[in-house]
Amino acid sequence: VFGAGGGTSSYREVEETDLVILWGSNARETHPIFFHHVLKAVHRGAPLYVIDPRRTGSAQWADTWLGLDVGSDIALANTIAREIIHAGLVNEAFISRATSAFAEYRASVEGWTLEEGERVTGVPAQTIRELAHAYGRAERAILCWTLGITEHVTAVDNVLSLINLALLTGHVGRYGSGLNPLRGQNNVQGGGDMGAIPNKLPGFQDVQDDHDARARFEAAWKTKLPPRRGWHLSQMFEAMERGELRTLYVLGENPAQSEADSKKSLALLEGLDFLIAQDIIMTKTCDMADVVFPSSASWCEADGGTVTNSERRVQRMRKALDPPGLARDDHWIICELARRLGHNWGHPTLEQAWEELRSLSPMHRGMSYKRLEETGGLQWPCPSDDHPGSPFLHGRLWEEPVQGPRAPFSITTWAPPIDELNEEFPIRLTTGRRLDSYNTGVQSNLYSSPLRRGETLDLCPEDAASLGVEPGEIVHVSSRRGSIQAPVRLDEGLRPGLAFMTMHFPDDIDVNVLTIDATDPKSGTAEFKATAVRVEKRGSGDREAAGMASGEASR
Amino acid sequence: VDVHLLDAEPTAPERDAVDAFLGPPLSSWVGADRVDDGHSAHGGHSARAQRHQLLPTLHALHEHAGWISPGGLNYIARRLTIPPADVYGVATFYALFSVKPRAPRVLHVCDDVVCRCAGSESLIATLRKQIGPSGTEVDGSTWLPSPCLGQCDRAPAALLIQSGEAPVERELTIANAEGLLAIMDGATPQLARSAVPPQAGQPGLQLLGRIGLADPESLDDYRAHGGYAALRRAFDLGAEGVIREVLDSKLMGRGGAAFPTGRKWEAVARQPRRPHHLVCNADESEPGTFKDRVILEGDPFSVIEAMTITAYATGSERGYLYLRGEYPLAQRRLENAVEQARARGLLGDDIFRRGLRFDIELRKGAGAYICGEETAVFASIEGYRGEPRNKPPFPVERGLFGQPTVVNNVETLINVLPIVLEGGAAFAAIGTERSTGPKLFCASGAVEQPGIYEVPFGTTVREVLQLAGGVRSGASLRAILLGGAAGSFITPEDLDLPLTFEDTRASGATLGSGVVVAIDDQVDLGRLLMVIAAFFRDESCGQCVPCRVGTVRQEEALARLLTDRPRGTVQDELALIAEIGEAMRDASICGLGQTASTAIESAIHRLGVFHGGAPA
Repeated sequence: VFGAGGGTSSYREVEETDLVILWGSNARETHPIFFHHVLKAVHRGAPLYVIDPRRTGSAQWADTWLGLDVGSDIALANTIAREIIHAGLVNEAFISRATSAFAEYRASVEGWTLEEGERVTGVPAQTIRELAHAYGRAERAILCWTLGITEHVTAVDNVLSLINLALLTGHVGRYGSGLNPLRGQNNVQGGGDMGAIPNKLPGFQDVQDDHDARARFEAAWKTKLPPRRGWHLSQMFEAMERGELRTLYVLGENPAQSEADSKKSLALLEGLDFLIAQDIIMTKTCDMADVVFPSSASWCEADGGTVTNSERRVQRMRKALDPPGLARDDHWIICELARRLGHNWGHPTLEQAWEELRSLSPMHRGMSYKRLEETGGLQWPCPSDDHPGSPFLHGRLWEEPVQGPRAPFSITTWAPPIDELNEEFPIRLTTGRRLDSYNTGVQSNLYSSPLRRGETLDLCPEDAASLGVEPGEIVHVSSRRGSIQAPVRLDEGLRPGLAFMTMHFPDDIDVNVLTIDATDPKSGTAEFKATAVRVEKRGSGDREAAGMASGEASR
Repeated sequence: VDVHLLDAEPTAPERDAVDAFLGPPLSSWVGADRVDDGHSAHGGHSARAQRHQLLPTLHALHEHAGWISPGGLNYIARRLTIPPADVYGVATFYALFSVKPRAPRVLHVCDDVVCRCAGSESLIATLRKQIGPSGTEVDGSTWLPSPCLGQCDRAPAALLIQSGEAPVERELTIANAEGLLAIMDGATPQLARSAVPPQAGQPGLQLLGRIGLADPESLDDYRAHGGYAALRRAFDLGAEGVIREVLDSKLMGRGGAAFPTGRKWEAVARQPRRPHHLVCNADESEPGTFKDRVILEGDPFSVIEAMTITAYATGSERGYLYLRGEYPLAQRRLENAVEQARARGLLGDDIFRRGLRFDIELRKGAGAYICGEETAVFASIEGYRGEPRNKPPFPVERGLFGQPTVVNNVETLINVLPIVLEGGAAFAAIGTERSTGPKLFCASGAVEQPGIYEVPFGTTVREVLQLAGGVRSGASLRAILLGGAAGSFITPEDLDLPLTFEDTRASGATLGSGVVVAIDDQVDLGRLLMVIAAFFRDESCGQCVPCRVGTVRQEEALARLLTDRPRGTVQDELALIAEIGEAMRDASICGLGQTASTAIESAIHRLGVFHGGAPA
């Protein structure tokens, strides 16, 4: 919508805003540092709204929690939009100056009355209205989201439906008002910024459409760039399935355990001709690989470099330790691999690589290592040496007249999750993360934690009672794709028909055996958040295994 | 707040006791049965705004159950959205709460300085012999030693707290062994009567004039004795006029810190931030002090009226009267007074039809000396452990709930009535140049007629003792404790010391809260010092290391001296005590740590307690 992928606001703005919405985000556990910024706003008096099927730790901090049904985000957003429109809380000046396609959008949400919203999302109409009015009336408001929005087949539309709300109310492009996807790692933002995504060159310049950019990169690199966008992760697996992708070079990922419908993805990885894995730890993917490159931990062992955080701040990294054994910095391994494949790039330092980036990516141009060190980090876009960096994005939408293209409203259509509930699979399983663990546990399971209790199937007390199962009891959990066993844990933050698991302990319990690999055609993200499952008490024949500590994945 | 609750469940009576105070829970998230409300919840700021209900809720549970069980604690945590560990931290801060099962009837027997002078040691010895050591339960009753119960005019004293469906709290005065044993046997003592000061009925009393004459339970009788004339006069003066009179009066705070009251009021009145709060500090816990109790029991409406005038002058809409937990009679009298004042429109939205909006909430402490500190009382009202705050910011800028707050002691407030009625100048003419007005002194110990006495500032110690009938016949005066446990000892040679802020300060003593305890030569001074040292060790909130550690070290050094086992020489131990005292004075953030050694050091230096190596 706006032309660049990044959170629009600074952390400081989050602290000084008047209203915070966390949508599909349990930041309290999954972005604990960011949540401290949210807490500063809360302690200043800003109300916090949390939208999440579960009443999570974040939701417990909220003034109001909206416990929508899994996958009904577009319905909720459109209902909020209609209520804002009907209550006369739209920012008409902003809409007419800076946006397009409002009339069509208004017509598209007209059917989403509060009653219809309540019917589809489960959230009481009064509570939806409360949020709509609070967001519409706020002087400043920041809307944040995470994987609860993007791990759906409607991922892109989910995001667009949230952007619509900001366009309606003018809550974007101003200090203290913005839209912020929270990044899961210290450098997810930087990865995208540097072009480690299939459709963009460094600096969000399109591989396919931006011919000027292509020409500049081709001149600098003295080579011809492939003429089309590459595959994203899901498309790679589809290509493996078709037999088109036969060799895979995996850097710092663990697809053997992180992919939805893991039985299928494991088979595809095993079927490759050649698999290279590069990691700081022997992951399960490394176990499967033909060649493993041990790499240094970039945040403490690599010699320099930068990371970019969720507020687009580029920061310098410094080496604290020598890497163990034969581990080498990622960039050294890549250059060395290139050399042995017949392309001698030499061994540029990271600063030399950064200088090349500055010459090719306009939004990084003003960020010399010297300035980054002096300022402690700069926020892009920072186009020149005297530019202070940009605390927030899209301020152009508030200029009169608007500089550049208007921001279009998007028509988004709600559709229920692919994996339907029925009598055979009556429980909605949603997956997520916990405070003390990280994704497949490659990084976090190396450390002990007093909070970590291993994988569990979290149920509400009512469901546990009706199934006749006790906390700690090992049960069968089955989806249309597979079945696993896991011990039960009770969580009052769930409601009947809603269950929760993580993917932190795939070696013990491989939750992604259950999940569906249906992906959003626009983003390629799989629907980790919505699986239909059946939970069954184990038969008497299973009793012997019940004494085991944490259950075991069925093979 | 994301609250991780315990597994413990409350019993039905525990749940009922909490719900009776807080009202029924409105959603399953805060304790109602789980129904179909799994799609939304409210909390956040509104939940956290209930935090101040924690202490009264703990009282409600404790009154009924006799202790705070894990299930009850967990239920309070759920109702108020406070982590259980946090609730536990608050519950265990206060001496009157137990988090272990305890007998429903607890007899608290004072063994502090004054009661000790009146024979409490033998009472306790009897209990120990007949019942068993403190904490022994016999048929639902137990006894515990207690720090000063504020009944020094009627020593020795005890307090019965009985939990259950019909909780009972009764103070016992001039207690004897038979009476205490009967209570341990299940007898319920008579309702205590309020003390009548020995000067009652004398003409010219500014502060005690009504006590013993007007019915403390009747608003009409209060008015018949001149009540609410001062508020009427205050309206004529206007808010700024009232502050001007108080400035002119040179009234200094009577709680111990002696800060000019008018300046405090002016600072609050000028704060643009609203709302402003008013706190009446009635957490009278300084050993030997009972003046506020006598006022609250004998003339409760005067405190309400004085608070109303203060609120009017400072623009405060809400007043909190923080009463120490061991004053059940004062509590009843105040509850009655607030209720009557409300019913007559003397508290509420339009007082005197002058558009003044003000109301008073009574808050009950639960046995913590430190809550008399002006910022600790805020923390206690807000529902936190009663730990003092660093200053600045001062209460006039950021006090209760972070808002500009005027906090005054009971005695300070009632001085406002004569100031408003007769003018600041007339008030300033009483006493001395720098200590103006009348002052209440709590005379107790080895005197013929213990009680509170109103005299002008400048009266000597000798004159106060004479008013109190002189030293008890047959007794020989050994020392006088001025200012309570946080005060200092003086000798019989110092009897002509004028009681003013400036003279006591110049002589290295302190006026404190107006305590004058006469100590005769029958009292074991060494034991008395141990009582004082143990008191501070027990009451230190633990926040500042010098005080938390220093009060322990001080007690240990004293114990070594008293058992004649000094580490090194006696002089080494005395040097250590002096050094500990200096560290506590310099590095504690509040008055408790700063004064925790003054009485002990004064006993060493003035009374020569360890002179020559053994207790004199």
